[in-house]
Amino acid sequence: MHKKDLSLLVLILVVGAVVAFINPRFLLVGNLSNTANQVGMFGIFSIAEAFVIIVGGIELAVGSVIALLGVLFIDLIVNRDVDWILAFALIIAGGVLIGTVHGTLITKMKIQPFVVTLCGLLIYRGAARYYTEDATAGFGYGASFPMLEWLTAGRTNVLGFPLPHSVVALVIVAGIAWLVLHRSVYGRYFYAVGKNEEAARYSGINSDRVTISAYVICGGLTALSAVLIAMYTRSISPAVHGSFYELYAIAAAVLGGCSLRGGEGSIIGVVLGTILLQVLQNLVNLLGIPSSLNFAVMGTVILIGVLADQYLVQRRQRAPSVRGQVGAESKPATLERVSAE
Amino acid sequence: MPEPFLELIDIGKTYPGVVALDHVSLSVAPGEVIALLGENGAGKSTLMRVLGGVVPPSRGTIRIDGIDRTSYTVTDAIAAGIAFVHQELNLFDNLDVAGNVYIGREPVYGGPLRLIDRKTLRAKVLPLIARLGADFEPDTPLAELSLAQRQLVEIIKALSLDARCVIMDEPTSSLTLSETARLMQVIAGLKADGVSVIFITHRLNEVMQCADRAIVLRDGRMVGALSRDELNPAAMIRLMIGRDLRSIYVPPAAPPGEAVLDVVDAVTSTYPKRSVSLQLRRGEILGLAGLVGSGRTELARAIFGVDPLLAGGLQLEGAPIRIATPRTAIDRGIYLVPEDRKGCGLLLDLSIAENISLPDLAAHSRLGLVDTASETDNANRQRERLNIRATDVRTTVGTLSGGNQQKVVLAKWLSMRPKVLIFDEPTRGIDVGAKQEIYDMLRRLADAGVAILMISSDMEEVIGVSDRIAVMHEGRISGFLARGEFSEHNVLQLAVGHTI
Repeated sequence: MHKKDLSLLVLILVVGAVVAFINPRFLLVGNLSNTANQVGMFGIFSIAEAFVIIVGGIELAVGSVIALLGVLFIDLIVNRDVDWILAFALIIAGGVLIGTVHGTLITKMKIQPFVVTLCGLLIYRGAARYYTEDATAGFGYGASFPMLEWLTAGRTNVLGFPLPHSVVALVIVAGIAWLVLHRSVYGRYFYAVGKNEEAARYSGINSDRVTISAYVICGGLTALSAVLIAMYTRSISPAVHGSFYELYAIAAAVLGGCSLRGGEGSIIGVVLGTILLQVLQNLVNLLGIPSSLNFAVMGTVILIGVLADQYLVQRRQRAPSVRGQVGAESKPATLERVSAE
Repeated sequence: MPEPFLELIDIGKTYPGVVALDHVSLSVAPGEVIALLGENGAGKSTLMRVLGGVVPPSRGTIRIDGIDRTSYTVTDAIAAGIAFVHQELNLFDNLDVAGNVYIGREPVYGGPLRLIDRKTLRAKVLPLIARLGADFEPDTPLAELSLAQRQLVEIIKALSLDARCVIMDEPTSSLTLSETARLMQVIAGLKADGVSVIFITHRLNEVMQCADRAIVLRDGRMVGALSRDELNPAAMIRLMIGRDLRSIYVPPAAPPGEAVLDVVDAVTSTYPKRSVSLQLRRGEILGLAGLVGSGRTELARAIFGVDPLLAGGLQLEGAPIRIATPRTAIDRGIYLVPEDRKGCGLLLDLSIAENISLPDLAAHSRLGLVDTASETDNANRQRERLNIRATDVRTTVGTLSGGNQQKVVLAKWLSMRPKVLIFDEPTRGIDVGAKQEIYDMLRRLADAGVAILMISSDMEEVIGVSDRIAVMHEGRISGFLARGEFSEHNVLQLAVGHTI
């Protein structure tokens, strides 16, 4: 485990301990299970976002995609009698398509990721609202999909703890994402392109293809979380459903060590970041803090975290580092500049 | 000629381990045009930076209007009327001409908002434009101007500061012939107005055309001064060369073999009307010499697939090939060690092992997962072979010295099967010991059958390492030299576009 991840874990435990001390209801099985369920759903699209941030991009349309695909999924299975397995496949395909379009616009048309995905944010939100004529999409009386509901929103008793299936999904997704990012050839390419696209190109990496695939992975995973969230809420008001979720995702990624300049970040960190955000949310509820302060608490904690990290980095740089240096070989940087003239 | 108003006396500049300037003196009289000559790295730019107050000299005196200056900064230089027209122009693309000329000194209306007085601004800039006979308006956006016009904007800026001496660092290196002629007129006009001009150039005919005298630097020393009637190309070149080159040449084990890569009429975007043809042979090191900006790097980038070839083609072992991306080049055994090691050659935050395996990661993987054991093994082998000085192959590349970083770039390609290796300035910014190791490696690679193209601006390196030299001048090959014809004189003649 990375040092950064470890300090994040410690922070979560400290915050958790403080909350539990002030309000023991935090440790009730029901509360923990509900918080875990939130972590499961939010973790998947946060991992999605991390892929894009690691290649040096950004995806702002996450929340709108969750609204649009959620609306479409419910419409397909409830109103159009599409088999839910087929509908699920269609929704994932939709997410992949959106990712492909974003990635292609960014790499081939050279439009900035912020602009492309900001337009996406507006377009998909508008499309979702238009599709339902701004009405809430939901399950009518009698509509019942026991298998689907069990798979997505159900819980299984594990040693007395009702484990939400969204957490199972997150564990599977995180496991695969970890393998891809930290162990596979392709993961190496993601980090290389995010760190220095030019140098990656000089090493024979097709950087456009790598960037596009990051957006495709992001789209696919966002679609998966869209289904989970739709099945959990069971009714979707397209005007507000999923709004600000892209910011939760970015916050989790940044807490998890991702740099918005690209090339950094770990999956474990992103999952821990998601957990911290949800614990904070829970803290607001349990400590009787007005829920209107929800975002303010979250923003403050993230800011403090980033500041602390920056402080530690600077302190490490100021200390003379011997590690990795080779005595006789190291020369003052000025010499290099002169002879490079 | 009137009395000099500006004197540099016995100037020395040392950087840790390097003497950049050694007892250089220079005096400038009003209305005098002085050409500053010398090879790459002779100290010309350093001298001009001292004059412009950008770098303080380690020793010597700067005397302006008869007064010795003890502290001398950029602000002092500007106040004394010394203006620098920069090589990489320091202008703002997003402003108009007038805005650039008066940046930071905008005439303003009174009041707390400090609104810019656009009318006064325009009125101030117009006569300066007219004085140079430039073909743009004060409110022309800079983005619409050509490089030559932007240079005029820099000169206008200098004039607006009441410059008495304008310094130009290779002002014509990227201008067309007619633009150059135009600039020569501008210099003559400045001279007529009593403004002095010091310009660094490699183009001897420009010196002949407009300089009152020429100063020649070599290895940080002033080796000669030529007055107007002594100016001729032979005399200038004689002064620019004349170093004793250490003999570092190691002959190849066998005469060069068959052609490996033929470059046929290749055209790159920098010189769309010129083409380059050359042949790389098995076991031979072909040196590619030329002045900075002659199109050598662009040729290397095109061969490696970073930039497209506008016309012409490549033949690998007799068969025509098309290279669209670096990947295709790499798959065919054509590798590039780029000039910009930190920006293009390496990922500084990655480890030695990760950098080495990057282009060939498929060979170090199983079922799509990186086989770190195989990666580490290979990196360790390369570390031993190339004598990369690091405690561990998991060390971050950014912490290594320049020489060791370059060895990591090399290790990347040596792990695969090179047919053609292109080196762009292989030893730039590298200490002497590591340089020699890289030269030895070049020879060993050639002897092992690799065809090598070595781009270099270092005369000692070009003459001491190559088996054959091609010299480029403004986008074309101005000549080839066989081993027996190698001399600084011949290389320099071809590099400035003359014949031998």
